[in-house]
Amino acid sequence: MRKFQTGNHAVAEAVRLCRTQMVAAYPITPQTPIYERLSEWEATGELGGVMMRTESEHSAMAACLAASLAGVRTFTATSSQGLALMHEMLHFASGCRAPVVMVNVNRTLAGPWAFWSDQTDSLAQRDTGWIQIYCENNQEALDSVIQAFRIAEKVLLPCMVVIEGHFISHFMEPVEVPEQGLVDRFLPPVDIPRRFDPDKPGYAVPTVTQKQFMEYRRLGQEAMEYALEVVEEVDREFVEVFGRGYGLIEAEGIDGADLVLVTTATVTSTARVALARLREKGYRIGLLKIRVFRPFPARVLRDVLDRVSRIAVIERNISLGREGIFCSELKAALINSPFPHQVQGYVAGIGGSNVDPELIERVVMDALERKEATDGPIWMAEGE
Amino acid sequence: MEAQEIMRPEEVMRSGHSACPGCGVAMGMRMVLRALGRPAVVVVVPSCSAVISGPFPYATLDVPMFHSAFEIAAPTAAGISRALEIQGRGDIPVLAFAGDGGTFDIGLQSLSGAADRNENFIYVCLDNEAYMNTGIQVSSATPRFAWTGTSPRGNTRRKKQIMEIMAAHRIPYAATASIGFPEDLAAKVQKAREIRGTRFIHLLSPCPTGWKTAEHLSPRVARAAVETNVFPLYEILDGIHYTLNYQSRGLPVETYLGLQGRFKHLGAEELRAIQHETDRAWEELRRRSEKQTC
Ligand code: SF4
Repeated sequence: MRKFQTGNHAVAEAVRLCRTQMVAAYPITPQTPIYERLSEWEATGELGGVMMRTESEHSAMAACLAASLAGVRTFTATSSQGLALMHEMLHFASGCRAPVVMVNVNRTLAGPWAFWSDQTDSLAQRDTGWIQIYCENNQEALDSVIQAFRIAEKVLLPCMVVIEGHFISHFMEPVEVPEQGLVDRFLPPVDIPRRFDPDKPGYAVPTVTQKQFMEYRRLGQEAMEYALEVVEEVDREFVEVFGRGYGLIEAEGIDGADLVLVTTATVTSTARVALARLREKGYRIGLLKIRVFRPFPARVLRDVLDRVSRIAVIERNISLGREGIFCSELKAALINSPFPHQVQGYVAGIGGSNVDPELIERVVMDALERKEATDGPIWMAEGE
Repeated sequence: MEAQEIMRPEEVMRSGHSACPGCGVAMGMRMVLRALGRPAVVVVVPSCSAVISGPFPYATLDVPMFHSAFEIAAPTAAGISRALEIQGRGDIPVLAFAGDGGTFDIGLQSLSGAADRNENFIYVCLDNEAYMNTGIQVSSATPRFAWTGTSPRGNTRRKKQIMEIMAAHRIPYAATASIGFPEDLAAKVQKAREIRGTRFIHLLSPCPTGWKTAEHLSPRVARAAVETNVFPLYEILDGIHYTLNYQSRGLPVETYLGLQGRFKHLGAEELRAIQHETDRAWEELRRRSEKQTC
């Protein structure tokens, strides 16, 4: 059924369709409509699962991961400060191999206070061992949540679906809400290990030695590498059932391109408009959207970008003292390529400031004219 | 006369735990688990109880157990409890062990949240009155004037009144207990098992290392805490109905304090202050419990 709805409500639809058994959450802007919609459905009986209204995000994640280890399907949603507060428990969830699914609505981290879209909150959780998927629009948000449960439960790693505050969370778009039967076909009833089986008493998360700890981390790394395959496989199956898919990355117009613009999330849609205009003017510009950030699809990116000499990365985040985080990661992925790449990073849209097609055109023209890349971000803002 | 067969309760805690000799926390855990029985799911958080439970591959407790993060014993137990309920196994009790630091201090917010929602678990605070697992540092459960590594001149604060805080949540059951009174402790655990909702047991668990007492004295020190009214045994139902479980001998506080090295620097004035506060609190408790019975 096609519905005109916000990204937050699309996420809530997905959580309901996935027959999520337990949701634990705490309110935070701009995530709250997810929490409210799920509560509404719990009240009417449409949710099918239980809501746990915790006193903090830290406790919400603690409860989700504990319930997940007990063998139930769990979900939570958060943003910004709430995600930062959860940080400790994010490590715990991945270290325990608990397949919790979470939606993070990107929002600035204080201080100063602001409430707009900024990817630094989720990217700062890069090293917590969570799978991270960045969505371009409301449809992708809904679909990615459904995929996330399949991926997380197969790999036994937690999965974070990331949507941008306001641009996705609050803007309305037509969204195809799938039939329950289709989702059931794609996502079977939960079947994950039950760690607290009284008939088989075991000990979850004991204290270990140095060597054992290293082994745990190595297994976690292997799981992440395996997750790359699983994300692709799950996406292929998703296409079969629902007729649409997203992949690890999306690339268009790469062959013979003089420059490839690398984007993430909603900036991608704007870039599609800008690049179409530039192509009409005769510029050969490719577009590459990175959808999955952890595990980082380095091999796939290399395959696509192998013979591209100029790359511009535009993104709505910054690691202070370095540059945009996607840019750093991409450079690292390309460093062993025999082909020389010129990769220039652009930081734009920080704090939710607007990225319009003109700004993207300016980024492209700047990158095309540059003789060499600067090792640090170039700041770009609308109307400058 | 026919010889009577003595029935020993089934042990849930195995021998070979890694506590210091004479540890009151280890004794407390053993008594609680024995009274609770099987099946059960146990949560521990960083504390001596986590060390006692054993490093991999050893497991001192013969029930499923989860060693979670410091400040979240309560929501972790709640998460497991909700999950078991969803799976139709809501009859399996979930029990959380946390120390005084994990309860009075860093874990208070999440414990309050869970108690407010009346989450279904038994929470046992193993109170040894300081952060013993990291050495001996002051916590908000440390008694006034007590020496610790971070209160070298004696703690200046009063012990936080955790029972009053828990009662203020109007949870169905809260009780104090002592390893010096094993039958009372067992009865309270069994009573708690029959109730649904948040149940809280404040268990005084002497620590020979941190209290500077002889290894064989933990039960005796624990008894002295009760007999001097420093740690009375009582229950609170629904946050308002108080019951005193034991009429103490009302011995002077020195009987308790004198057994421990952490109070050895105390002068007459400090002893008087402790006696005064102990008497006041005891009177208050008696008044509350009498009000309930008449
Ligand atoms: S430090 Fe104290 S509480 Fe901890 S194990 Fe040793 S005696 Fe027990």
